[in-house]
Amino acid sequence: METVAIIDYGSGNLRSAAKAFERAAREAGLAREIVVTEDADIVAGADRVVLPGVGAFRDCRDGLAARDGMLGALHTAVRDRAQPFLGICVGMQLMATRGLEHGETPGFGWIPGDVVPIAPADPALKIPHMGWNELEIAASNHPLLAGFSGQHQHAYFVHSYHLAAENVGDVLATTDYGGAITAAVGRDNMIGTQFHPEKSQQTGLALITAFLGWAP
Amino acid sequence: MLKVRIIPCLDVKDGRVVKGVNFVGLRDAGDPVEQAQIYDRAGADELCFLDITASHEDRAIIFDVVARTAEACFMPLTVGGGVRTVEDIRRLLLAGADKVSINTAAVNDPDFVRAAAEKFGTQCIVVAIDAKAVESAGVAGKWEVFTHGGRNATGLDAVEWAQRMEAYGAGEILLTSMDRDGTKSGFDVALTRAISDAISIPVIASGGVGTLDHLVEGARDGHASAVLAASIFHFGEHSLGEAKAHMAAAGVPVRPVTSEDSKKEDA
Repeated sequence: METVAIIDYGSGNLRSAAKAFERAAREAGLAREIVVTEDADIVAGADRVVLPGVGAFRDCRDGLAARDGMLGALHTAVRDRAQPFLGICVGMQLMATRGLEHGETPGFGWIPGDVVPIAPADPALKIPHMGWNELEIAASNHPLLAGFSGQHQHAYFVHSYHLAAENVGDVLATTDYGGAITAAVGRDNMIGTQFHPEKSQQTGLALITAFLGWAP
Repeated sequence: MLKVRIIPCLDVKDGRVVKGVNFVGLRDAGDPVEQAQIYDRAGADELCFLDITASHEDRAIIFDVVARTAEACFMPLTVGGGVRTVEDIRRLLLAGADKVSINTAAVNDPDFVRAAAEKFGTQCIVVAIDAKAVESAGVAGKWEVFTHGGRNATGLDAVEWAQRMEAYGAGEILLTSMDRDGTKSGFDVALTRAISDAISIPVIASGGVGTLDHLVEGARDGHASAVLAASIFHFGEHSLGEAKAHMAAAGVPVRPVTSEDSKKEDA
């Protein structure tokens, strides 16, 4: 059975996230063991890796760095072994070159770009960007997003910063909030979503299901 | 475009729903988890539990309710009622709540909101404001903050209080008009608009919903980012699908109930 490691580094409760992955696997008939773990060895050897994250970029980066060997284990699993990776919210933002929230913090450098404040053209729009917004799929042939293309699917967002990617080809989906906001990025075996698939009801479960079966 | 959220709110006392949903086919009409799942399938955009358990000893029950709900419903969950300490917040978030709502404790100690936001992030700190119009000759457009279900006056101006709570790190304001709560006569639109326009964080309008038009007014005229309602949904007067269709027809952007969700609702 494949092991799916959801990395626990003190960034909120992951039980409901794990339940979403378990349900998606069960309903799709996929044999997947969902493990919430802070053990770097389990992450390094996992078949799939999920990096959640809530709060500030720097706090999340510090939380990961504080787990012995975790940053190295992520690199081993995702870059050396090229296992499928899903970053969620700040877990997605950490894929960038650097974050600019509360000063400059280095990211993983997997997706060239900076994590910058969202700045809607309409000043009446609230910050944070919180709630359900429609996904505009840029990479309509991506196996995880193809099913959403042209479907007016909504996902749940809560964030004040987003990943401004240098390469337009790395942006897989956007959402409109007084201008285009990055909703999903990815390349090769990596994908990251600014929205929360584990809080996005059927749309989120469909994406999780696709990730669990993804063979990049 | 960001959609206006519709948030059903369940009052929970000693682990049981008070004034609960009265849907056909419910095995246990008092079980908050089962009711939460019904709203999940019906396309609720978020869910709110208000814990009105009186005794401190029985408060632990809500943690189990939250945990079981979070494991079955994959949408945002806000829990309020009796949130007084950082430890209360930590336990609710660990149980699976996405946000906690702070009311009286914020009035008693505004720095508690600052400490909570710094520790857990602004995205999970909702400050609940119960407000009443100030009644005196020649005064219009003034509201005062109350606590304890509208019994205790605080002397705080509601608009100034909302601005202060934003500055202290609140991520959202849950605004209830105590003049309208339970009246079914509609939101206090002037209050909702005054606060929503004065702060940059989202406002959830609450108190007074009796018709689907009231939901429209809260968003369109009150500038609320979300509308919260209880009895209009619980007693089967209207479904979430009807509410969303009505709001959409009035030009309020809402997330449509997906065909897959509604199929499950019918099942």
